[in-house]
Amino acid sequence: MEKEKLLEGELTPKDAKHLLYLMVLTRAFEENAEEMYALGKVHGTMHLSIGQEAIAAGASSAITRDDYLLNTHRGHGHFLAWGGDLNRMMAEFLGKENGYCRGRGGSMHIADIESNNLGANGIVGGNLPIAVGVGLSIKIRKTNQVVLTLFGDGAANEGAFHESLNMASIWNLPIIYLCENNLYAMSTPFDQAFKIEEISQRAVAYGIKGVTVDGNDVFAVHQAVREAAERARYGNGPTLIEAITYRWRGHSKSDRQAYRTREEVKEWMEKDPIPRFAKKIGVSDKEMEEIQERVKIDIQKAVEFAENSPEPDVSTILEGVYA
Amino acid sequence: MRELTYKDALHEALDQIMAEDDRVFLLGEDIGVYGGAFGVTGDLQEKYGKDRVVDTPISEAAITGACVGAALTGMHPVGEIMFSDFVTLSMEQLVLQASRIRFMFGGKATVPMVLRLPGGSGTGASGQHSGSYESWFIHVPGLKVVMPSTPYDAKGLLLAAIEDPNPVMFFEHKLLYRTKGPVPEEMYTIPIGKSQVVREGKDLTIIATSVMVMRSLEAAQKLAEEGIEVEIIDPRTLNPLDMEPIIASIIKTGKALVVHEAVKTGGFGAEVAGRIVESEAFAYLDAPIRRLAGLDMPIPYNRNLEYHAVPQVENIVEESRKIVQGVY
Ligand SMILES: Cc1ncc(C[n+]2csc(CCOP(=O)(O)OP(=O)(O)O)c2C)c(N)n1
Ligand SMILES: [Mg+2]
Repeated sequence: MEKEKLLEGELTPKDAKHLLYLMVLTRAFEENAEEMYALGKVHGTMHLSIGQEAIAAGASSAITRDDYLLNTHRGHGHFLAWGGDLNRMMAEFLGKENGYCRGRGGSMHIADIESNNLGANGIVGGNLPIAVGVGLSIKIRKTNQVVLTLFGDGAANEGAFHESLNMASIWNLPIIYLCENNLYAMSTPFDQAFKIEEISQRAVAYGIKGVTVDGNDVFAVHQAVREAAERARYGNGPTLIEAITYRWRGHSKSDRQAYRTREEVKEWMEKDPIPRFAKKIGVSDKEMEEIQERVKIDIQKAVEFAENSPEPDVSTILEGVYA
Repeated sequence: MRELTYKDALHEALDQIMAEDDRVFLLGEDIGVYGGAFGVTGDLQEKYGKDRVVDTPISEAAITGACVGAALTGMHPVGEIMFSDFVTLSMEQLVLQASRIRFMFGGKATVPMVLRLPGGSGTGASGQHSGSYESWFIHVPGLKVVMPSTPYDAKGLLLAAIEDPNPVMFFEHKLLYRTKGPVPEEMYTIPIGKSQVVREGKDLTIIATSVMVMRSLEAAQKLAEEGIEVEIIDPRTLNPLDMEPIIASIIKTGKALVVHEAVKTGGFGAEVAGRIVESEAFAYLDAPIRRLAGLDMPIPYNRNLEYHAVPQVENIVEESRKIVQGVY
């Protein structure tokens, strides 16, 4: 057999194909989520990352599962890329007892503490101060881990952003701040909320490294996160990475999208990260069809699993408020 | 009278006061083109421009502080906190600044600001987007806390809040936005600090707030079929609290039940019960004062658990029946 050639950023072809599968899976999960919502099977809201799948694939593959993840409200892709089980994720989405959070959290709060996945967060910027604590704990415990902390462009304008980056920088904490700049925070366009060109410029204010990368390019994200992880593990502190991308869908279920044009959305849909990555790693149309087929079956099975899962018992309602 | 939804009543109040008073302006996240997460501000940015309907970055502390600063210098800002849960990020500016600047400055400053706060559960929004926080603020002298339950009250109380020279916390409920009721076309105010009897009855006094007024009215109908007539009082303003109609009612019924969605421990119900006990109504009580409130927990995601986490019509019926029949 031909020796596996290393691809850019030291992903093996096998890794790369798995990442492609995860991207297709994320998209299918979210398209299915939309459908279920339309059918009235889901209560609540959800935030879809369709169009942004490259960031999760690139980032999670650049660190280990001994590291930590702090996720956002738009975090389905990161959850899956971290290795989340599709069935239990779907069950959580439907609010079932054997979902990851026993149906208590839902899409916006999905977590898997056992695998160092410290959860999605419904509060914009809510995970940024927590990252400091995780970083500090790693430093005190001397475990050589890092924490991947995700947030959106909007979150960068919460006061918590400043407090968190400053502390992390003065204490050289092993934190990778990965900002998914999808050019909008709900209806607010980037240039209405920032007077700088790039969010990564803010790194200067904290004396840390800041980079902006193409967030629709798996390799670019992977490379940046890898370098940041290396810096962090060598005690060289945090990095601020900005990955530019675009959300194809509305902010949440109830968004008329009056703040942007259809042309703009269309333009970005042409920069679809999935076929782009497939092409780059040399996956043929036929192989792509196979992946799609596999994903379809996986989703079907997960829906079945979730729908057949028990509802939480009302008598257990107070469980988990206190330890 | 013409009917409007609660949401449209709020919108109309903002529209009318902005047309009349150029000190009034709006500040918040996605209140412009988006029209607010729940559509309350709607087309107002189109109508009054970006200087008077100001879209902000996601920065609740600064939104709140900006209201304080603008109010201190003669404006009448109305801030919107997208979900009342996020008011936790505004706490310092509210509790340590807005509420006490006037007092600390010897009564020489005024902070006429309003913070609009959509809250409550019932939409599947889970643990960080479904809370009820009103009782946190009744504990802060200097803040007024208003919580309308009808479109009529929503419009009149919002106009009163904007007119008021004090910081006013204005709690709206997500489930009420679509409810309809009569609303006069002209501008009017409902005095802050006035409770209202919304249903008369002789057997039990229910003191309910926000969406629980609606549920109590529904419960009252069912109870009436069993021959139990409850009187329902909506305080509408939680602080300053008008106890007079509540006391008068209990003197008549001898029984009291407080119903609110927020968690029970340390909640508004405890304050009401305390004031009843301190009042002349105490001597007329022939049953313990009872409280029906949210369970002491965050709001769960699962639809069924969410339903059971806060009082529903059947809970109010059952609890009322128990009190009237003397079995609990
Ligand atoms: C503290 C706080 N403020 C406001 C919100 C409401 N909200 C949820 S997501 C969002 C936009 C976030 O934008 P961004 O950080 O760019 O992430 P994106 O949604 O674009 O992925 C807003 C305003 C919130 N959840 N938490
Ligand atoms: Mg964004």
